[in-house]
Amino acid sequence: MSDVSSELETWISNYCSLYGHDYFVEVSQEFIEDDFNLTGLSSIVPFYREALDMILDFEPETSIAVSDMALVQHSAELLFGLIHQRFILTKMGLQMMASKFEQKVFGVCPRYLCDGMHLLPVGTQDVPGLETVRLFCPCCADIYLPNSSRYLNIDGAFFGTTFPGMFMDKYPEVVNQAKLRGKQQFQLKLFGFKVNESSQVGPRMKWLRQVPKNEQERRDYEECAYAIKND
Amino acid sequence: MEDDQYTSDSGSELSEYWIDTFLGIKGHEYFCDIDIEYITDKFNLTGLNEQVERISQVIDYIIDETDVSQLTDELREIYDSNARVLYGLVHARFILTPRGLQRMMEKYKKADFGYCARVHCQLQHLLPVGLSDICGVCSVKLYCPRCEDLYNPKSSRHAMIDGAFFGTSFPAMFFQQYPHLQPSHPTERYVPKMFGFKIHEYAKLARWQEQQRRSLQKRLADRGLETINTANGYVYPEDDDDEGDEEMEEQS
Ligand SMILES: [Zn+2]
Ligand SMILES: [Zn+2]
Repeated sequence: MSDVSSELETWISNYCSLYGHDYFVEVSQEFIEDDFNLTGLSSIVPFYREALDMILDFEPETSIAVSDMALVQHSAELLFGLIHQRFILTKMGLQMMASKFEQKVFGVCPRYLCDGMHLLPVGTQDVPGLETVRLFCPCCADIYLPNSSRYLNIDGAFFGTTFPGMFMDKYPEVVNQAKLRGKQQFQLKLFGFKVNESSQVGPRMKWLRQVPKNEQERRDYEECAYAIKND
Repeated sequence: MEDDQYTSDSGSELSEYWIDTFLGIKGHEYFCDIDIEYITDKFNLTGLNEQVERISQVIDYIIDETDVSQLTDELREIYDSNARVLYGLVHARFILTPRGLQRMMEKYKKADFGYCARVHCQLQHLLPVGLSDICGVCSVKLYCPRCEDLYNPKSSRHAMIDGAFFGTSFPAMFFQQYPHLQPSHPTERYVPKMFGFKIHEYAKLARWQEQQRRSLQKRLADRGLETINTANGYVYPEDDDDEGDEEMEEQS
């Protein structure tokens, strides 16, 4: 009885509809049922078998002790998250994430000069339990905290470190869109005048958003292909 | 002075003073309290009569010297919207004075202007800034002194406030006045990765940017300016393990 009637809400669809879970896509049943996709997870997730049954809405083979129920539920969430990390790197997962990206589900870059560029979720770690989810901007290539506290307990590993890179690789138009947003930079002014860099209060972070503009800079940039050129 | 009842945008209860009501409106958290002496000193209002009609009556209205019971609803609305603009424009000037800077410094310390969302800025407090000193051009933005970049306010209420009410010079003036409050700047930054490797294109640009930073640091050192362990200086990552530029290096 692997098939749950479509009117019934599955564990996965319920989990993805919970408050603050809107970054998640519904991983397909087929993906989870392919053992290859789960390689290595049984050694990371406690109550692995029970958790997997729970995610797939299977009756547990042996009934779960009431005292273990919370642990199994937690394991199911962990397991789902780790499967999700892998699923969103597949063709189908990427497509589902792309539609969320287009609908601005992950929000827009808070940086003024990124002009409302849509964001992508990212983990700074692939191992769970270390850091919560961050948001990557394809325009400034920087990462930001989600603007709502509802995402503050979503594990970044459930999205993983590779996802934005893979996404941009599969959707190069996103990168082009980001490049079109220009590479203007902000500089603080006092009564219309830029503050000089040699002042004690001068700018120190121009490099962070800088792109090569003239011949010399482009040449230096090309020389940075494998290491920083020292002058 | 009459203790009249009137409703403001926030749908508020009994009003005490116009300024208190104004500051209490949701979305007005970025504004500080301007001293009455400052608003009533004509010298501080030089040039504003071109932007606000019937300026002396509007000032009276702001400082509660107007008998509002004598005003029609329509007229009161006009006064009220003119008063908001005038308060904003005077505010932009007041916050460049020592007393105004002091007020804004207290708000900055309480993070009334919010935090930088950039991960490497580690919840740095922000400062409001305008992109124009002329009313009606652009809404208020937020300046992060750690990454020295500009951000949109998180809340749409703040995103509607005119940037001219804070002005283009405020953050620079703020740090001229309080140079010791300048944060240090992390040199650590994010480079997108795939399967543990830094993506070549991004790593290359990051290296070039790091080169720009090093040459600035060298220029500053040549002029005798301290850039390490000082306000407005740089901070290096604690462990340099990740500093490597080996995007081809094997995943550990
Ligand atoms: Zn951005
Ligand atoms: Zn910042």
